[in-house]
Order: sequence, then structure tokens, then C-alpha cells
Amino acid sequence: MDWELIVFNAVKVIVVFAVALTGCAYAVLAERKVSALIQDRVGPNRVSFPLIGSIPIIGPFLTRLGVWQPLVDGVKAFLKEDYTPDHVRKVYYWLAPMISMFPAVLILAVIPFGSSLNFGSIGGYEFGVQKMVVADLNVGILFTFGIVSLSVYGIVLAGYAANSKYPFLGGIRSSAQMISYEIAMGMSVVPVFMMVGDLNLGEIIKFQADNGWMVLLPGGGQHIADFGLWACMLVSFGIFTIAAFAETNRLPFDLPEAETELVSGFNTEYSSMRFAIFFMGEYIAMIAGCAMIVVLFCGGWTLPFPGFDTRAQDLWTGLIQILAFGVKTTFFLGVMIWVRWMLPRFRYDQLMDLGWRRILPIALANIVITALLIFWKHAA
Amino acid sequence: MKVVERKELSLWERSYAPALIGGVKVTAKHFIKTITGQTKVCQQYPEEPTIVPENYRGAPYLVKDTDDNTKCVSCQLCEFVCPPKAIKITPPGQDGQADRANAEKMPEEFDINMLRCIFCGFCQEVCPEEAIFLKDDFSLTGGSREEMIYDKEKLLSLGGTNHSPIKKWEQKQKEAKAQDVFPVEE
Repeated sequence: MDWELIVFNAVKVIVVFAVALTGCAYAVLAERKVSALIQDRVGPNRVSFPLIGSIPIIGPFLTRLGVWQPLVDGVKAFLKEDYTPDHVRKVYYWLAPMISMFPAVLILAVIPFGSSLNFGSIGGYEFGVQKMVVADLNVGILFTFGIVSLSVYGIVLAGYAANSKYPFLGGIRSSAQMISYEIAMGMSVVPVFMMVGDLNLGEIIKFQADNGWMVLLPGGGQHIADFGLWACMLVSFGIFTIAAFAETNRLPFDLPEAETELVSGFNTEYSSMRFAIFFMGEYIAMIAGCAMIVVLFCGGWTLPFPGFDTRAQDLWTGLIQILAFGVKTTFFLGVMIWVRWMLPRFRYDQLMDLGWRRILPIALANIVITALLIFWKHAA
Repeated sequence: MKVVERKELSLWERSYAPALIGGVKVTAKHFIKTITGQTKVCQQYPEEPTIVPENYRGAPYLVKDTDDNTKCVSCQLCEFVCPPKAIKITPPGQDGQADRANAEKMPEEFDINMLRCIFCGFCQEVCPEEAIFLKDDFSLTGGSREEMIYDKEKLLSLGGTNHSPIKKWEQKQKEAKAQDVFPVEE
């Protein structure tokens, strides 16, 4: 292992982490603004930044937009009293926020957020072409599912550690919900791998670059089976999206939190930065989930124009592809935020019913049908 | 008696699709109307002050009577009844003197901890002298915990003069004043 690899990986890790944290701060802002507009309110419109705030038109506009709000929120989270109630189980109480944030961040490692950047040589050193993914694993999606299933522990542990009834109920609900939707999620992506024939996320994107996005008629329609496969992919896409909502505890599946029933669910006893870490964990998980949707179904960093649908050879194409990935992810984040203010929460039994008796059979049938269609296509 | 028939949900309805479509419609309508300024959005609170209705029950303050005397006689009933124990009265002791006639004493100190007060109004209800009233302040702020403990002077200045038409001691006071003039004219 040479030093360039270490340096580049360190830089990638730091950049991805920084972008994810900033993105999560602004996702919170977007959530507040969107909810405000949907509910006929204004949303955060107070915080002004010292120098920029006094620029004539732009300053007040940014203030009205609430652009500086995340900064103040962050400072506030650090300055607030970090209160540990007497009745909690201390060690688990400390551990839970970390465990809930850490899987979300780990998922970001395998997501290819861009094709490659060609740095060429800078200052005499040959940097060459760098793949825009932190860890290019051959079992990318398996790794993701393995890690995603860990995220339930943070919430269950928080519920257990709080040693009071509402967090405990939240933890129990979370464990049941996460497990049942994880199965559906896993089943929904199997057809995608059957199409691609590889578990590497980079390969999935490459397949979509060559054959068309999973949601936009992969295969091009030369064979009748392509249309059937397209329908299967759309079903997969729907199920994966629903399961992603459930996995990230977003409405209409936010039973572990359920403010109206369980005070604040698993994080009731948390305050200050510890609560903020739960919050960040949730939003980073959202970002990771949306990024996974984009990678698996919407072509990742590819754009359906010639020149942008293959691995970038020069720096600018690479940057534009990263931007394309960001825009797609932002779009799905927007959908996730919007849905929160649109649908009421499911009842516990409805949730289980939907997961086990509707989505799981559909996902299983989807696998069989996809297999038959692929067999038909290749037999012909 | 009319029996309301509960229809079975159709397959289309059970697929949650109508709920989704309806949800998108409603939220999009509100979103667009608010963002284009068609909806009159809520009050911009600190700039547009809230005008509370008359008889609003906000923070409890001490009041003076129309002769500028402290009405409180330090009976400590409010201190006793206060559920969150926000009121602390220091009575004047044996040599205490009131600043008005018809009163034996007045409080040496009268503190209300506004961080504890829950605006329940028991103090106003229990007060036999009608000396404490829930006024229309509801947003009390301070830089420290000490600052939020309001002392007698502050409470009296915030409470102002009570112009209530009911004057409990007016008749008694008149009689007492009449007795000061001797002999009593028939």
C-alpha cells in the first residue's frame, strides 16, 4: 500500500463525511421549511449572518430562507445542558446514540457518488484517475444490508437504556418494524441483481449506463420480455422505496418515535448533543437510503446524454456526474420530506400487515417473475 | 333508526393509492398557495404583539388600591395555596405596620418565582383582600434565574392600581372615618 492511496482515501472519507453532515443539517432545514409551507406557516426566517446579512437584497432573502439556521441549531445543540436522568442505565445510555449514528455513516462508504475524477499530475506528483467511492466492495449491497440491520440496535438500546415506558415501547416497535421491512427490502433488490449479475454497486451503475436506468426501461425494448422486466423493476423500486421509509423511521412508518403516542419514543430521555446525534443518524440514514435508491434504480451518477453515461475521462465530466448524483439524491430526499407531511402514521397492526402480508409476497413473486422473464429473454 | 352502511373497501382503495393521490393534492395546494403568498400566514410574533382578551389570566402581580396603598395584608394564604410553591412571603413580624388604615400589617417581602409560577390563579382566587391579580403578561423573560424572582416593588409596579368597582373595605372605611369625628351627628 502506497501513501497516495492512504491520502486519497482519507480525503474521500473526510469529504464524504463533511458533505453528509452538511447535507443532513440542510435536510433538517428543508424539512422545516417544507413542513411550514405545507402547513401555511413561514418556517425558520430569523437567523442573519453578520456580514452577509447586511448585503442589501441577498442578505435578508437568505435570512428569510433560513439558510443560517443549521449553524445556530448546531451551536445550540452543543451548548444545551446534557442531562442524564437518574433512572437510566448509564453505559447503554451513552452507547445508544453512537450505535444509532454509526451504521448510517458506514453505509455511505460503499456508495459510488461519482464515476471518477482525473486529477492528472499536480505539482509534479502523478495523482491519476480516482474512483469516486470510498470502498469499492464487490459485495457492496450485502455489506449495506448487514450494516443497515445494525441500526436497529441503537434504537432498541436507547429504549432499553432509558428505563421508562415510552422509550421502551418505542424500542420494541422499532425492532419489530425494522426486522420485517428489512426482509422486504432485501427481497426487493434481488431482481436487480438477477438483471445485473453482480453485487458491486459500481457494476450496477455500469449496467444501467449501458442498458438504461432500472426505472426507465432497462434493455431498450428489443425483446417483449424487456417490458415485463421493466414492470418488475418498477415494483422493486416501489417496494425498496417503501422499505427505505420504514428503515429510516420516517413517516408514515415512524412508530418508534410516534410523538403523539409515545412522547418522543426511543429518544424521550435524551437531550442536547446526544439527541442531536440521534437526529443526525436519522437524517444521514435518509441520505444514504436515497443514495441507494439512486444507485440501484436511477442510474447513480449517469446522465442519459452521450459523454455523461460512461466513466468520466476528464475532471469536469467527473464533477458534473457527482453533481448529477447529488441532484438525484436531493430529489428523493425531497420526496421523503414531502411524504412526511402528507401521510398519517400507520397503526402498529397495519404496519405489520402491510409488511408481511402484502409487500413480502409481492417481492417474492417479483423475484420469480423476473427469473422467468430473464429465462425467456435468454432462451429466445 | 338509521343504520349507516359501512362499505367494504375496494381493492383500489385498499392499495392506499387514493390516499396517496389525495395527500399529494392537498399538500401541493397548500404548498403552492403559501409559497406564492396567497395564504395569509400566521402572526409574526415578536414584531406583531399578541393582544390578549380582557380578563386574560397571565402572570400574577400585586395591585394597589386607588389611594396608592398596598392591598396585601400578608395573610400568606396565597403562599399556602400556591401549587408549585412559587410565592414566598416574609411577614413583618410583631412590630409590623401597614401603610394604610384598616390593615394590621403588610408584607416585608413578597417574592414570586416566575420560573415556578404556572399561572393557575389560585392566589387570586384565595386572596381575601383582592390584592393579587392575574394580569395580561404571558411572556416573561430574564437573563438569569435570580432575575425571574419578582420582588414586592416589581410586582406592585407591574400590577398597577386596581380600579375594580368592588371595594371590599370601602363601607368599613367610611364607618371608621365617621367614627373619628366625635360626637356622631345623628
